[in-house]
Amino acid sequence: MEKIAVVIPAYNEEDSISLVLKEVQNLNKGDELVFDCVVINDCSTDRTGEIAEKNTNAIVLHLPIQLGIGGAIQTGLTYALEHDYSCAIQLDGDGQHIAAEIPKLLHAYRQGYDIVIGSRFIDKSGFQSSAIRRAGIGYFKYLIKLLTKQLIRDCTSGFRLFNKEAMALAAEYYPDEYPEPEAIVLFTHAGLKIGEVPVRMRKRQGGKSSIGFFNSIYYMFKVSLAIVFTYIRTQNLKKS
Amino acid sequence: MNPDLVNHLDPKIQYISITVSFLFLLYIGVLIKKGRLREEYAIIWICCTLLLIFFSVWRDGLDVLSRLIGVYSPPNMVFIGSLFAILIYLLHLSVVVSRLHEQNKTLAREIALMKERLKSDESKK
Repeated sequence: MEKIAVVIPAYNEEDSISLVLKEVQNLNKGDELVFDCVVINDCSTDRTGEIAEKNTNAIVLHLPIQLGIGGAIQTGLTYALEHDYSCAIQLDGDGQHIAAEIPKLLHAYRQGYDIVIGSRFIDKSGFQSSAIRRAGIGYFKYLIKLLTKQLIRDCTSGFRLFNKEAMALAAEYYPDEYPEPEAIVLFTHAGLKIGEVPVRMRKRQGGKSSIGFFNSIYYMFKVSLAIVFTYIRTQNLKKS
Repeated sequence: MNPDLVNHLDPKIQYISITVSFLFLLYIGVLIKKGRLREEYAIIWICCTLLLIFFSVWRDGLDVLSRLIGVYSPPNMVFIGSLFAILIYLLHLSVVVSRLHEQNKTLAREIALMKERLKSDESKK
């Protein structure tokens, strides 16, 4: 039996969390592969925590103070490491990511990738996000390619698979806010093999996006800075 | 400034600044005594206050010092010097806050994991 943790960071997702949990539950068909939901309730002010608790398949971790998406993921990955899961899949609590696409990530994992990113922009099917957001993603794509020589088409996608090595690395260090692009630089320098597979995504099923209009300017600036500094900081990781 | 002029100035401001500095020093002492200020942070405050007292008592000191390092007007030296010191101290505090933030994150994570473990242990019984 192989155990796989589906790490679901959730902040005020009462509208979508039960659907997400049910979709993951639907993946559990045989005995050789078991998917466990690990919901990280990041101080939700609505009923997200209660709803998740009612689902018997879900392990719910309640953070005592709000950590943001990065800290929530770290918590989930630490849980997965401590409980000996062979890999962990990050899935957003808002329903953007479709659990039925998880086997595609697993397939790439079996081919030997350490990190597998579910990408909207390979097949260009499913929800494609707004033009302005795609422009931002394009900018990060080129910045990352410039620094790491690695082309990741959907570098802000949070639909990701971590193997054990990647889990251990991310449990040690992971950025707080908007961690996805920066983490790619970290993983590349740590010598992890990153794969990208085409997946469909949906529009969020409820709740509000974490990135508003004015925030996006701050986001671009902060993540650019973080990418460059992670690039510099992890140089020695690359050598060793 | 002409030293003769300084000596003719009203000494009121001197008394005020000496009194305020001593009150400040006293307050720092109270904070340390109550355990609300850690000693390593108190050191810098005590040094600053002593400096204030020193120059409040020795009013010509600022003139002498600024002439010594070639600053034209003593108030400028005070402003530049204190701004610089404040900036460095602020940076230091940012470093302290960043470290606290990291430690907080680790603690929160551990608590969440332990709460879950406790709950699953209870449900097994």
